[in-house]
Amino acid sequence: MKILVAVKRVIDYNVQIRVKEDGSGVVTDNVKMSTNPPDDNAIEEAVKIKEAGKASEIIAVTVGEEKAQETVRKALAVGADRGIHIKVDSVLEPLAVSKILKKIVEKENPDLVFMGKQAIDDDCNQTGQMLAAHLNWPQATFASKIEVKENSLEVTREVDEGLETIEVNTPAIVTCDLRLNEPRYASLPNIMKAKKKPIEQINASDLGVDTNPRIEHIKIEEPPKRKAGIKVASVEELVQKLKNEAKVI
Amino acid sequence: MSREVMEYDVVIVGGGPSGLSTAIKLKQLNPDINVCLLEKASEIGAHILSGNVFETRALDELLPNWKDLNAPIKTKVTKEKFLFLGKTKKISWPTWLLPKVQQNHNNYIISLANLCRWLAEQAENLGVEIFPGFPASEVLYNEDGSVKGIATQDMGLDKDGNKKDSYEPGMELHGKVTVFAEGCRGHLGKELIKKFELDKGKDPQQYGIGFKEIWELKEEKHEEGLVMHTAGWPLDNNTYGGSFVYHAENKQIFLGYVIGLDYKNPHLSPFDEFQRFKTHPAIKSMLEGGKRISYGARALIEGGFQSLPKMFMPGALLVGCDAGTLNMPKIKGSHTAMKSGMIAAETIVDHLNSNKELSVYEEKFKNSWVYKELYEARNVKPSFSWGLILGIIFTGIDQILFKGKLPFTLKHKHADHETLKPANEMPKIEYPKPDNVITFDKTSSVYLTGTNHTDNQPVHLQLKDKDLPIKYTLGKYDEPAQRYCPVGVYEIQKENEVEKFVINSQNCIHCKTCDIKEPSQNITWVTPEGGGGPKYGNM
Repeated sequence: MKILVAVKRVIDYNVQIRVKEDGSGVVTDNVKMSTNPPDDNAIEEAVKIKEAGKASEIIAVTVGEEKAQETVRKALAVGADRGIHIKVDSVLEPLAVSKILKKIVEKENPDLVFMGKQAIDDDCNQTGQMLAAHLNWPQATFASKIEVKENSLEVTREVDEGLETIEVNTPAIVTCDLRLNEPRYASLPNIMKAKKKPIEQINASDLGVDTNPRIEHIKIEEPPKRKAGIKVASVEELVQKLKNEAKVI
Repeated sequence: MSREVMEYDVVIVGGGPSGLSTAIKLKQLNPDINVCLLEKASEIGAHILSGNVFETRALDELLPNWKDLNAPIKTKVTKEKFLFLGKTKKISWPTWLLPKVQQNHNNYIISLANLCRWLAEQAENLGVEIFPGFPASEVLYNEDGSVKGIATQDMGLDKDGNKKDSYEPGMELHGKVTVFAEGCRGHLGKELIKKFELDKGKDPQQYGIGFKEIWELKEEKHEEGLVMHTAGWPLDNNTYGGSFVYHAENKQIFLGYVIGLDYKNPHLSPFDEFQRFKTHPAIKSMLEGGKRISYGARALIEGGFQSLPKMFMPGALLVGCDAGTLNMPKIKGSHTAMKSGMIAAETIVDHLNSNKELSVYEEKFKNSWVYKELYEARNVKPSFSWGLILGIIFTGIDQILFKGKLPFTLKHKHADHETLKPANEMPKIEYPKPDNVITFDKTSSVYLTGTNHTDNQPVHLQLKDKDLPIKYTLGKYDEPAQRYCPVGVYEIQKENEVEKFVINSQNCIHCKTCDIKEPSQNITWVTPEGGGGPKYGNM
């Protein structure tokens, strides 16, 4: 069984995001970038399945600019076998990314495609679902537990009501939740070995996919600052204020 | 315990200016030497914090074509100011009356973090293997006592030291020579200095704590290329320190404050002094309408010549501020750190090629311009132990009339942890509340550093005696850790009338001030899990 894992390079979750003064986007120069956290869970799960002898190969794929390769390199350091880097100059929308991934799936014929449930930069939560639609494959989103069976997967999903367990036939798309596992650290020897693993580079423009944006960004701005709270002396005063000032009750 | 072992010709600990310069010079002199460089930060530059007005002398020697290589060194110093501040007044000191070491017209305003990122690229292009996210936690020794290399930190231990699912053992990196380039108060450097008695016969090392904020100013208040320093208010005459304001590119200024850690009053809060400094009319008027975008702090070396330890030992060298090569009156250490690394590289190549002793490092260092600089600067810092005014008068005589050639050397008498007076003997200081426009509290500041440490891991700020803070330090010194820590890691909390010493180690920004200033030397900073600590951008 072959598993394709899609990973994305995003601003590190510890970094405070700063909006560019002209409202055209967020500052990324000299900002620490990392792998999208749930993508780390996706890689970890694939590696676990391979270690359990149920998968033969793990391919890490990313769509992004030159430096996005670091994300693939990190996946290789924790256990992916080889990497694919689809080169683009600008940040693509989920629709374009899903079309590109479809091409890669057609080329590589994996049995499973794993990725994070959403990326922490745009929080779109669309790529996996769109890819499933393009391929007409079953999808299991927000996975917090995956059991590999013969020709199918049993997936526990994190849903609003609690947990839902479903069975999907393979080939399938699984988007991974943070509770799925605890991603391992890349060890120094494995990082060294990962430097020698192959990464195939493909220009997105060579795939014959329409990657033109469908969304127009008008302005990006910081959310308004939260106002300082006040202390009230009694429950009566609180009710008063909620009624008359906040007008919520 | 079995750990994997890798053998290198040279292992370098620390990806700052000294370590990276060592690596580059080694590869330039002999491309066949294999060099590995470890950095504890999640990426090169993320733990670098510096003013920085950069003197290119060392870089001119190391990479003479740095301009063609698009080094991030763009903003030339165009104008200089020096102000003495009173509470509301200011006196501008004519720059021609400043000692030559404090004149900056050939220098550049840079982000040292960005310079390090660029140096790392140059080093990697030359074949240096750089591994960020791997703190060297332990020195390894050969049977004959010489340094064999280092071991990296184990990853994936819980707070009690048990192995988690993600456990990954550290590995041993053995080098024919190991170079320690951890920066000021490196925790392995500290161990080596003690073990090999490298500071024997030297004065105690002196430190300062430096704060830095980056602000985006309103266009009309920004003067690209302007370098301004101040002395005086809010510090009293007996406390050593001052500010810097560097107008960089993109309407940004690098604004900071340095306070000598030899201060005596345990009620003093370096962070609050810095915040208060910004309320001076001369500074506030500049900041108004602007926005603070970064914050950070780091201890720095101030001891200079008198406190510089021996920099070689069997199998290893100390470079940069792991030894202490900063030039205090010049307020610069990057060029001297780089040069010390380059000299180390020359020494190592001679050692590997023709078996020359590592002790040659000391001779080479003594014959270099770094040594001359540090020698001439040596009397400035100790003269300020007489107070600001006498210090300035002496410095004028020493630096302008005698150009550092007076026939005597003043001593540093005390280590910084020895200088605090008991809390009840010193005046309390009331600091104004932050206005959240010009001045801020520690909580909102630490947020800007991007610092984090995985929560379930062993605490990396270790107490030799767990009861000492409450039993002794709180009563005698009102537990100064609450104030000297720039991000509020240390707190005294009251639970059911019982006082408790709390260490919020997750917030630590690796400045090392606690390791230096704790009056009983009760706090030891050790390496946390790799990648932890601040994520500075262009600091």
